[in-house]
Amino acid sequence: MSQNCEELALRLQDVSRSFQDTLAVSGISLDIRRGEVVSLVGHSGCGKSTLLRIVAGVETADSGRIFLGDRQVNGPRTFVEPEARNIGFVFQDYALFPHLTARDNIFFGLKRLPRQEAEARFAEVVERVGIQHLIHRFPHTLSGGEQQRVALARALAPRPAIVLMDEPFSNLDQGLRERVRTETLALLKSLDTTAIMVTHDPQEALSAGDRVVLMRSGRIVQEGSAYDLHDRPNSAYAAEFFCAFNKVPGVYRDGRLTTAIGTFSQQLDLRPDSAATLFIRPQSIAVSPDDGDLPARVEQRIFHGEIEQLVLRVQGLEAPLKVRTMERLPDGVSDVRISVQPDRVLTF
Amino acid sequence: MDQPASISPKIDRSAKRPGSGWLTFSGVIALVVLLPIAELLLEAVKGSSGLWGHLFSTILPAAMTDTVILLAGVGFVTAVIGTTTAWLVTAYDFTGRRVLEWALLLPLAVPTYIIAYAYLDMLHPIGSVQGAIRWMLGYDSPRQFRLPDIRSMTGCILLLGFVLYPYVYIPTRAMFLTQSANLIDAARTLGVSRRAVFWRVALPLARPAVAVGISLALMETLNDVGAAEFLGVRTMTVSIYTTWITRSDLPGASQIALALLLIVVALVALERWARRRQRYASDARRSPQLVLQRVPAWKGALLLCAGALPVLLGFGAPAVYLVTEAWKRYQFAGLSPRILSEAVSTVTIATIATVATVGFGLVVAYATRVRPGAKSSWLLRFSTLGYAAPGTVVAIGVLIVLAGLDRFIDRSATAWFGISTGLLFIGSGAAVVYALVVRFLAISAGGIEAGLSRIPGSLDQASRTLGQSTSGTFWHVHLPLSKAAISAAALLVFVDCVKELPATLLLRPLNVETFATHLYGEAARGTYEEASIAALAIVAISILPVILLSRVGRSRASQPAIGSAGVLS
Repeated sequence: MSQNCEELALRLQDVSRSFQDTLAVSGISLDIRRGEVVSLVGHSGCGKSTLLRIVAGVETADSGRIFLGDRQVNGPRTFVEPEARNIGFVFQDYALFPHLTARDNIFFGLKRLPRQEAEARFAEVVERVGIQHLIHRFPHTLSGGEQQRVALARALAPRPAIVLMDEPFSNLDQGLRERVRTETLALLKSLDTTAIMVTHDPQEALSAGDRVVLMRSGRIVQEGSAYDLHDRPNSAYAAEFFCAFNKVPGVYRDGRLTTAIGTFSQQLDLRPDSAATLFIRPQSIAVSPDDGDLPARVEQRIFHGEIEQLVLRVQGLEAPLKVRTMERLPDGVSDVRISVQPDRVLTF
Repeated sequence: MDQPASISPKIDRSAKRPGSGWLTFSGVIALVVLLPIAELLLEAVKGSSGLWGHLFSTILPAAMTDTVILLAGVGFVTAVIGTTTAWLVTAYDFTGRRVLEWALLLPLAVPTYIIAYAYLDMLHPIGSVQGAIRWMLGYDSPRQFRLPDIRSMTGCILLLGFVLYPYVYIPTRAMFLTQSANLIDAARTLGVSRRAVFWRVALPLARPAVAVGISLALMETLNDVGAAEFLGVRTMTVSIYTTWITRSDLPGASQIALALLLIVVALVALERWARRRQRYASDARRSPQLVLQRVPAWKGALLLCAGALPVLLGFGAPAVYLVTEAWKRYQFAGLSPRILSEAVSTVTIATIATVATVGFGLVVAYATRVRPGAKSSWLLRFSTLGYAAPGTVVAIGVLIVLAGLDRFIDRSATAWFGISTGLLFIGSGAAVVYALVVRFLAISAGGIEAGLSRIPGSLDQASRTLGQSTSGTFWHVHLPLSKAAISAAALLVFVDCVKELPATLLLRPLNVETFATHLYGEAARGTYEEASIAALAIVAISILPVILLSRVGRSRASQPAIGSAGVLS
């Protein structure tokens, strides 16, 4: 371990876990710095929740090492019980104890502290989370958002080294979800808390974390900042996870990809004349009634307010192109012209 | 969860896994429960071939025939009464329906040997009922007119059917309530009449529940030793009892017991098979409930009478009889010291057995919680096997185990200390407790497990991440949350211990009588003295779980079926 482990809140080394004959988590290595909020994202069944539960110690790993700070909690012949790991966990269903009031739920994790200190921590966390008015209520009398905040307070009260959140906002309805998410993240940041949030929602992953880790079939596909993953995906899978690309088949030769809608200069590590696919974002296609490189026919228009979503037919392309534009086209227009911004396309 | 080691060569299982203590303890309990049955098998095999021949030619064929006829008859009667009453209270709306809904459970409070005891006296040729009938018809001697003798196979089938039909009624009614509404509405829109719906849709859908109910009723039938003996039906259970008591032939008794166990295995197989279908069928749980059909008043009265008939025959008549007889007896002689000492020993034995059974059940059920997987669920299954085994079979097994243990301790004590300990376990009543634990562990383990399974797993994890160990989680989370399930299980076990006749009869220490054995003694001798008081006490105690069950049933969908899970596990 070098000195940078001082800065590390969590280090995973080659962690694997299988169920029956499927590898749920397959050789995952990941470092998380102190104070960092990481969103772990992927489709359901990709192993992200299992990984989170392994970090918490409520699930065991088959192999690999896990360090919380400089302490090894998982490894050959090492297994630290979850209660001894000093982590906080916010569950998808909140897992509030139904026989305890909100106050007693929060105190549940403070039992080992001296009375006075526990009271002080309790008062502090309740104030920070803003649930003073809820503390004497039982979980079933709380709304979804209130339950979420009590669960968060309960996880934060023991001052865990890291907070793990498993789809913490998925049980809230859309409008509430964004507000609670913003508040929660602001709180985590203000407390300088290290956190991992598991989500299956690409938008949530992009907007929530300092860093995004995309998983697929038990492996990490790509990790980096939200901008990295969205703008510079390393694979077709990563690209399509965050954006509904238009895919156009083409042929590559000498730094140029030739397709039915034009030729694009791309540097690819491919042999001449191999097939490659051009990925075009719906918002990277400019539409205008009379000005552009290619003619297209309007098949469908869906107006969303700020932007309009178009489905366009282009000669030589099998699949229609999806376009998101802020351009206001005349009513009833059927023929338009489009141009693809060549510097915004990707090739895989 | 145990993974096959072949998947990854790097699998490291040397890390300590939580819950190992619970799993080990659970294994010990499974062993203790299985031991009597294993010993019974050994003893049966040990018996000389000559004995087998004797058994095959004399006792077994007749006993087997009687047993099979009895099972077929009781199965038929309970199926008919159970399904029709269940349909009555779920499909039609009439005055008194709500009362009838729970009153139909009341016969559960009357053990088989008590209904036989009561009816034997009530319907005695010179008893009050037949006397009244003769008076009405103008006859004056039993020689001129008498009802067919209740002491017959038919009598036995009917009487057992009247107290055992709730086993069919409970799951079938639950099935009607939860399953069929949408499907029945669909059938109606497809042109099936309301009445035909019962045959075409409701009954076929409820078939798994009916099968489960019947198999449970038949297990109770196999367990019965009193009613069959009082009514002169020589079932295998009775044969086991007499082979041991009158001829002291333990290998012979074990051999009949073994044959009986085969029938039990078949019943358990039937039950399992039916349950598999039930699980499959339970997706539609959230469907709207069947709308009750309002019927005209006269028809409602008719339905009420029809539904009340089994309640009157299975509970009303024997209860009224017992109350009057007990009152007469009390007026005549007060409460004798004998009855009081029986009350003490009944409650003592039942309490000790309940504490042990619930404690062990908690361990076995909790092991499946902290160490889910094949191992713990097999242990749960093994430890609950005793419920299917008739009390006589368990008793013979326990007898073999403890007699061996007693001999061993006695010999060692004599050799080392020069004192004879005698029959340490069998003489002390430990044998009765052992047998009761073996028999009723399924009720406590099943009920507690059902209670635990309703606690979401994330609560365990929340507790662990908040600093509680496995056992801390047990004390602070699971115990408080499953208190209701545990007390319900304790109540059911306690009542079953009070009711249990065959095991108590075979294993109680000398000179110790419980209510049940007292009643058996008097009924076997044909005397009717204080037994009515003992019988009334048993019925009064047995009503408690019926009240519990009816409360569970009343709040239709929301309340978890703790009671029924226990009774039907």
